[in-house]
Amino acid sequence: MEATADRLAEQKYSFDVVRWFTIMAVVYLVVGAAVGVYIASELAWPFLNFDSPYLSFGRLRPVHTNAVIFAFGGCTLMGTAFYTVQRTCGVRIWSEKLAWFTFWGWNAVIVLAVLTLPLGLTQSKEYAELEWPIDILIAVVWLAFTANFVMTIAIRKTSHIYVSNWFFLGMMVMIVYLHVVNSLSIPVGLFKSYSIFSGVQDAMIQWWWGHNAVGFYLTAGFLGIMYYFVPKQANRPVYSYRLSVIHFWALMFGYVWLGAHHLQYTALPDWTGSLGAAVSLAMIIPSWGGAVNGMMTLSGAWDKLRTDYVLRFLIIALAFYAMSTFEGPVMSLKTVNALSHYTDWTIGHVHSGALGWVAGISIGAIYHLMTRLWHTEMWSESLVNVHFWTATIGTVIYVVAMWVSGIMQGLMWRAYDEYGTLAYTFVESVAAMHPYYAMRAVGGGIFLLGAVIMLFNILMTVRKASVQGSLREARASGLTPAAA
Amino acid sequence: MSDSNTPPKGLQERLERNIWGMLIVVAIVLSVGGIVEIVPLFYLKSTEEANRFPEIVWNKENPGAEPIVTVNAEGKEQWNWQPGDGVRPYTALELAGRDIYQREGCYLCHSQMVRPFRDERERYGHYSLASESMFDHPFQWGSKRTGPDMARLGGKYSDEWHRQHLVDPRSVVPESVMPAYPWLQDRMVKGKRMQRHMRGLRAIGVPYNDADIENAPALVEGKTEMDAMIAYLQVLGIMAKLEPGVDYRQ
Repeated sequence: MEATADRLAEQKYSFDVVRWFTIMAVVYLVVGAAVGVYIASELAWPFLNFDSPYLSFGRLRPVHTNAVIFAFGGCTLMGTAFYTVQRTCGVRIWSEKLAWFTFWGWNAVIVLAVLTLPLGLTQSKEYAELEWPIDILIAVVWLAFTANFVMTIAIRKTSHIYVSNWFFLGMMVMIVYLHVVNSLSIPVGLFKSYSIFSGVQDAMIQWWWGHNAVGFYLTAGFLGIMYYFVPKQANRPVYSYRLSVIHFWALMFGYVWLGAHHLQYTALPDWTGSLGAAVSLAMIIPSWGGAVNGMMTLSGAWDKLRTDYVLRFLIIALAFYAMSTFEGPVMSLKTVNALSHYTDWTIGHVHSGALGWVAGISIGAIYHLMTRLWHTEMWSESLVNVHFWTATIGTVIYVVAMWVSGIMQGLMWRAYDEYGTLAYTFVESVAAMHPYYAMRAVGGGIFLLGAVIMLFNILMTVRKASVQGSLREARASGLTPAAA
Repeated sequence: MSDSNTPPKGLQERLERNIWGMLIVVAIVLSVGGIVEIVPLFYLKSTEEANRFPEIVWNKENPGAEPIVTVNAEGKEQWNWQPGDGVRPYTALELAGRDIYQREGCYLCHSQMVRPFRDERERYGHYSLASESMFDHPFQWGSKRTGPDMARLGGKYSDEWHRQHLVDPRSVVPESVMPAYPWLQDRMVKGKRMQRHMRGLRAIGVPYNDADIENAPALVEGKTEMDAMIAYLQVLGIMAKLEPGVDYRQ
């Protein structure tokens, strides 16, 4: 039944661009994670910087963040958004040309990022490092993506807009606001510009961007993925429609305020930081609403977790989502933030979200897409299971290492001896981090191994589909009356 | 759920059936938080401490009235500003250093923001003020301390120490995990480029005097990127003289 529906979908919708985004997402997952493991190793064993400007931590770290967020995350979002919007609206994509423009434009951005960042061409705003000409290209491609998505909904055959599409839409609009405002700068050269904002205003605008890159790009967008792929993979309807409505509007309204919690106790006025922290705390409710809604979609089908490796990825991702969205508000509390800010705890928090939630839900969705888009089973089911365990174990090792090192750093910096003087010099805290930095590199390495296994498995699946001719067959089958 | 033939019940269903309505409402809801938190920072007087303590900023009443430093015919520098006179724009050489600080991603491991805690005061110095980074396009407060805070680094170490430390960090701090930056010694600062950078900054409100920009090539003549970097590091946190016991921030 499912296979017939997928074959018919192949006729009705435009999936070529989705296939390309899917493959590239996995390629970038490997690249981004590999750079991550390398720079993590540089912090444990600094000789790896090799006294080379192009390999030094400060230049490679933005390569890592841009590769995982914009290359891997972006390709996943764009591929799944194009797939979901067609299937839930019952129409072909509004413009195939614009969809291909989005694909090539976005990949051009990624290539330019990989070329310019190691050269030190940067605006030095975290997660918004790319220089102004690339920023303009990003804006154009993003608007093309958004316009195509909105127009596909506008010409839909269904009466209602499906919940996934609300989340995708919210992400697209917010990223337009954030990218345009935060990137405003005055060019002083082809690849050099200065932010038009300065000091405290610039800091607030940067973290308004910074936290909402997380809140919208990496959360709302991936919740859109969750609301389509979890019910599909579990073959169950979304647990609660009402919960998804509340969850959606609370998230859209609330997340925007959180950026200020990155600047507690800094020279940002106290009212702004406290406001950010208060809303952060309230955000536990909508976040957990979403997590519960996703998990409870499995009610009555929990046994599937025993046999369905893809579903395991989706559900463990929701577990990490619930954990990270509890940890985040805790870290925004002033007393906790005083300890955690500037430490590795923040890095651990980000990665429990990024590796556990974002990568988990993406990997689950991509495995789901592989079988639907190539009309065959995975080349190896057991390798999917191996990937599940490497990803989970790698993430846990990474996060635990950063929790321990982060809290230790925070405590060492503020420790006093019995004479009332600081107990540790700064560099003693650096030395104490070494075992945890090594442990983090190992955890990241295990996660990377899983990503490599995934890339191998999906490439073998594509080859298998080509040998079997399953995709060719699906494309052709609708042409004969028998297939209908 | 009703199909498209029945009239929609309530606002939510109306929006679920109308993409343009949904788009507009989402766009409005998303804009609220940013507007409330960001816009007041541009007009509330209490945001910048210099509004209550004008002495924090150099030539507060008449910004850009005189050049920071000029170079005479013999190549000798004449400073109109002394440490403690107040926050001012960066000189051409310091700005070149700041550009390098950005280029090398220093801000990813070093913050420039001392918080008002006892341990930070003892480790780094007086807590940072918003007005101290009023000319910082973009801000460099950072978010991580893999290495120590830099906000009050100026004057703590000698130029020679910095040179040695940047070329080979572990030769002076054995436990350090900082990358080495030997290439800074081989590259020269370009005067014309610094003039372009300063004109750009002036266009967005940094009060440079004409002579500051004219003098840029003479100021950076023969200087390496290492010299520029050290000039920048040595001016961090020493511009304004902050008195202990004064409540700069409410």
